[in-house]
Amino acid sequence: MPAPVIVASDLTKKYKDFAAVDGISFEVAPGESFGLLGPNGAGKSTTMRMVGAVSTRTSGDLRILDLDPNDYGPEIRSQLGVVPQADNLDVELKARDNLVVYGRYFGLPRKVVQQRADELMAFAQLEDKVKAKVDDLSGGMKRRLTIARALINDPRILLLDEPTTGLDPQARHILWDRLFRLKEQGTTLVLTTHYMDEAEQLCDRLVVVDKGSIMAEGSPAALIRQYSSREVLEVRFGSDRNEQVAEQLAGIGERVEVLPDRILVYSEDGEAELNHITELGLHPLTSLVRRSSLEDVFLRLTGRSLIE
Amino acid sequence: MSGTESPRGGSVAAGSASGRGAQGPQSEMARAAIAAGTLPRRWGALYVAEHRTRSMAAYKGTIIATGIGNPVVYLFALGVGLATLVDANVGGAGATVSYLTFVAPALLASAAVTIATEEFSYPILGAFKWNPTFFAINASPISPRQIVDGQMLSVLVRMVPSCIVYFLFMLVFGAVPSPIGWLSILAAVATGMAVGAVLMSYVSTLQTDSGQIALLMRFGLTPMFLFSGTFFPLAQLPAYLQWIGWISPLWHGTELGRVFSYGAPEPIWLTVAHVLYLAAWFVFGWLASRRVTARRLNK
Repeated sequence: MPAPVIVASDLTKKYKDFAAVDGISFEVAPGESFGLLGPNGAGKSTTMRMVGAVSTRTSGDLRILDLDPNDYGPEIRSQLGVVPQADNLDVELKARDNLVVYGRYFGLPRKVVQQRADELMAFAQLEDKVKAKVDDLSGGMKRRLTIARALINDPRILLLDEPTTGLDPQARHILWDRLFRLKEQGTTLVLTTHYMDEAEQLCDRLVVVDKGSIMAEGSPAALIRQYSSREVLEVRFGSDRNEQVAEQLAGIGERVEVLPDRILVYSEDGEAELNHITELGLHPLTSLVRRSSLEDVFLRLTGRSLIE
Repeated sequence: MSGTESPRGGSVAAGSASGRGAQGPQSEMARAAIAAGTLPRRWGALYVAEHRTRSMAAYKGTIIATGIGNPVVYLFALGVGLATLVDANVGGAGATVSYLTFVAPALLASAAVTIATEEFSYPILGAFKWNPTFFAINASPISPRQIVDGQMLSVLVRMVPSCIVYFLFMLVFGAVPSPIGWLSILAAVATGMAVGAVLMSYVSTLQTDSGQIALLMRFGLTPMFLFSGTFFPLAQLPAYLQWIGWISPLWHGTELGRVFSYGAPEPIWLTVAHVLYLAAWFVFGWLASRRVTARRLNK
């Protein structure tokens, strides 16, 4: 097995007494697509900044590309592409110029930077926005430009912090498609997200993070297998009745979870459970059978939803 | 930074990475990273200056217009217009040079300070906050110190030519009797950078702009222009107000410029003091900016 490109052990970041990241350990292999899934405030971004060699850890051990970021920050950063949570493109520069000036920060010759900027504008599907002002780009375009900028140094590892937060569904799919291509080309991706569908689409393996700690680790499919059932039946009886009905559902399915707006019944066969419920003389306002998702894993692990 | 000394092999690392790491990294990926870090470690500040200078191009019209308009307007209004009044009234009373000659190096230094206050105030806060480009740059191999240094260099790229243009207009107006008058350009640039560096170190600490910068301009910088011996000698002020001039870098820069541009008489120790005082402001502001920026970017 090739040596991991990231090794974190007992990694901790404290702000005064508050531990934003509280002793997490993980490894990322080259070419792998690795995700940190968790709600806002779980410590994902803080972890990303430490991995990005811009935030000094409080304790624990961290090696990126076999180097300690405390000692080799610039060297490590020379091998990374970083897509931060909030776009920080230079709005005083035109779209393509953002790539050009950024490429120079890696000590790349102007000629190389110019050529790569053209290639990446095409990759980001922004060929006709070369001279556009950054402020005139849509949210999805800005995001793609930010990703193009992060690729200007042909990075070994691409760090993406909430890459599609705030984008509309279509823009998200375009972005996922671009990221999937990078993954196919063998770029190591590390991304944080609080979207389970994003994690399922892009991650080979992920850790579920909550309150600065890792709750579980595995591939999306393995996590679902381990922490959830194959199917989920969602029934709604109206927000004032859900709690009361749930008591009568004891024994139905493998597990029942009551949320404010609906009841989740975990089972290998959702349709069969729905029949049981109807046989009990209960008639839900709406019902839905679906596959288990990472959302269910998260709910099981923490008792809370990902998006609150 | 850990202080451990490390005997590390590989010529690529030579000189760029002393005292880092407990053991020399051996893997291919580590060596590649160290090789790629060499140029940014050495030239990072220049890359930042290149970027900032390109951004300035967005308002190059303003830069050129003020660079040419300022000297013409001020030299004409004060050095020619107001001068007729001043020269007529003060002429015999101890004045050794024309009012134009007296006021020109002060206006030059003021122009440099004006550029510094423009470039080291809102653009700095903006780069931390409204358009956080400093964070973007910091995610590349560039260090916070290099960001600060590059910012300083980029301001010089604007300030030096502007001061040269100003000086050329001073020559055209016949305001520079001394053959070493051109040194007043250096005095002006030193003044601008001294004020600018300290301003940057302060602005870098601001989390939000709730009017602090505007207040500073109005109650700090504007009075500085009025009480720094710019338009009249400091000695004309009542004794209890003269201290404002003594602590003002603009007064020191102005007096230094006068020594160069028309040989204003003053003891040599005072000339040396002007230089040292400006240097002290600059070094303090520069180091403080580096420290504040490093802290702010390392969240």
